Amino acid sequence: MSEEQNLPVPSADPGTGPEVVDVRTGLFGVSGTGDTSGFGGLVRTVAMPGAAERPYGGWFDEVVDLLAEVLDEGETPYAEAVEKIVVDRGELTIFVRAAHLLTVCRALRDEQDLRFELGLGVSGVHFPHETGRELHAVYHLTSVTHGRRLRLEVAVPDADPHIPSSVPVYPGHDWHERETWDFFGIVFDGHPGLARIEMPDDWVGHPQRKDYPLGGVPVEYKGASVPPPSERRSYN
Amino acid sequence: MADSRTPHAGAAIVDDEDVTVLEANGGDWSDIAEEAARLGEERIVVNMGPQHPSTHGVLRLMLEIDGETVTEARCGVGYLHTGIEKNMEYRSWTQGTTFCTRMDYLAPLFQETAYCLGVEKLLGITDDVPERASIIRVLMMELNRVSSHLVCLGTGGNELGATTIMTLGFTAREEILRVFELITGLRMNHAYVRPGGVAQDIPPGALDTIRDALVTIKDYLAQLGDLMLANPIFKGRLVGVGHLSLSGAMALGITGPVLRSAGLPYDVRKTDPYCGYETYDFDVPTSTDSDAFSRVILRIEECYQSMRIVEQTLDRLQATAGQPVMVADKKIAWPAQLAIGSDGMGNSLAHIRQIMDTSMESLIHHFKLVTEGFRVPVGQVWQTVEAPRGELGVHLVSDGGTKPYRAHFRDPSFNNLQAVSLMCEGGQLADVVVAVAALDPVLGGVDR
Repeated sequence: MSEEQNLPVPSADPGTGPEVVDVRTGLFGVSGTGDTSGFGGLVRTVAMPGAAERPYGGWFDEVVDLLAEVLDEGETPYAEAVEKIVVDRGELTIFVRAAHLLTVCRALRDEQDLRFELGLGVSGVHFPHETGRELHAVYHLTSVTHGRRLRLEVAVPDADPHIPSSVPVYPGHDWHERETWDFFGIVFDGHPGLARIEMPDDWVGHPQRKDYPLGGVPVEYKGASVPPPSERRSYN
Repeated sequence: MADSRTPHAGAAIVDDEDVTVLEANGGDWSDIAEEAARLGEERIVVNMGPQHPSTHGVLRLMLEIDGETVTEARCGVGYLHTGIEKNMEYRSWTQGTTFCTRMDYLAPLFQETAYCLGVEKLLGITDDVPERASIIRVLMMELNRVSSHLVCLGTGGNELGATTIMTLGFTAREEILRVFELITGLRMNHAYVRPGGVAQDIPPGALDTIRDALVTIKDYLAQLGDLMLANPIFKGRLVGVGHLSLSGAMALGITGPVLRSAGLPYDVRKTDPYCGYETYDFDVPTSTDSDAFSRVILRIEECYQSMRIVEQTLDRLQATAGQPVMVADKKIAWPAQLAIGSDGMGNSLAHIRQIMDTSMESLIHHFKLVTEGFRVPVGQVWQTVEAPRGELGVHLVSDGGTKPYRAHFRDPSFNNLQAVSLMCEGGQLADVVVAVAALDPVLGGVDR
């Protein structure tokens, strides 16, 4: 693209370092005065890849520039809709603010040079220690036309887990959003029928959340007892 | 019901207390029909399944019928949900293959490969996976595609009352399962593909066995083609049934043979190659008929294309004999040398003796790697492969630990089942069976 130089420079541009989502201490459950191994004193921070710096590489810059151009022409400016761009392991992730998800989806699907026409579903991730953005909904989009893939990520607080439904743009996300509601409790506003899909209709709780126990019973084998997986020695 | 015209999928299709509920069990259908006729109720909601031989497992179809015409069709899934994704969060990255192989039980090797490719991408060792391991993965996946399509064709025929098609399909599949048993030790739930490569090299003589099997399978496929493709009864049931246009398929995210039957040659092996698929010579068959019959033709053709790839892998395996099948990094590769013992396959006694007797360090290393597992750098990846039913996606999130923080599988059957309403509404009740069979859903994958 020759007009690339004339495009507005998106504000969410400067890269940031990795973002700490959790701090873990200890190893395999030892702590307190009984710990003579020293493992209890271990501290490990969990830091997800942070916002990327320009250039993102490959076609990523072109897609982000185009998206910015399309959004800025519309009612929602790019800087307002997009939180940050993360490039990690050769994959492009666009963090979108929940309120503007549909605008971004529409732009990505309908703009002929973007044309991410195939929505491959919604996945959820629960980061209980990331205060204010505990629940993430992750959308994987594919452009069959241009042979590209990207990921949209929306983070919402556990206290207000509302994301507009992407079903109006990608009807195939219907069941995927029901699954994400079922497993994570993210409410997709405007979904045509946000019922549970995998768990029974009267189930209480959202099983894929980190605070939801796995369950299980100890298993006796040849005189020894094996505890359920969630109670076994853990390496954090 | 206020909005009875648009009941939400999954919710109870009839939640009105005034509506009479008639239960059909066993052979009393005529009684039910009489009762319904006596009541003079025009609108009948039939619950097909969850236990019904034509629903490929435990799929519940809620059909609202007017005479023989289906006016509303909704799916109820979840009866086979076993929490595999949740369970994977409590096991090491290597143990994950043992879980994900059990999702879509007709295509276990696709889940294993997709998962392992994802883990390798997270680890950043995609380029370190030995060539021979990738060839074996391709071999196993393509054989698996044939076996999965054979079940689809076989059960699809059986649902129409054509038992011969079923017995032929399953007999042919048996040849592939024997190959799987020879190579992985198991007929299903293999856990053969591991992060970094495959569990073990193919055994001596396997290449000849596969060559012999291919001849037999081609013979069976020809017979299946003879039985299906020119059979007027079969065509009468399938041609023009279960129509799904290209725009409908794209909107619903349908992939695989169903999308290709609408004319789009979208195949992940071509558009986003993995495991070296770009180096194999094969075609992606498409049709523009968008009906159940064209999907049968495509599946048969895909079987031939898969066998074409298998033949190419056999030559490459012959050329790469003796090369490693697991990454060289001893911090990832399990220190296992599998062998057949008196109680089945396990670590070879000679290898155990060597670990136990000769080096304390290797014993410690073995213990740590097997009990703790390897750590995977923080981040998330998305990896897709072309499974028999469509695009299988894996979303993996690592928190830097020895276990997946989140493992999500985008199962093609799960997504494709959404098309049931579009394909069945307005058609005949008997065509529902044909339309669902053409989608080829496997409920183990749908519910995970």
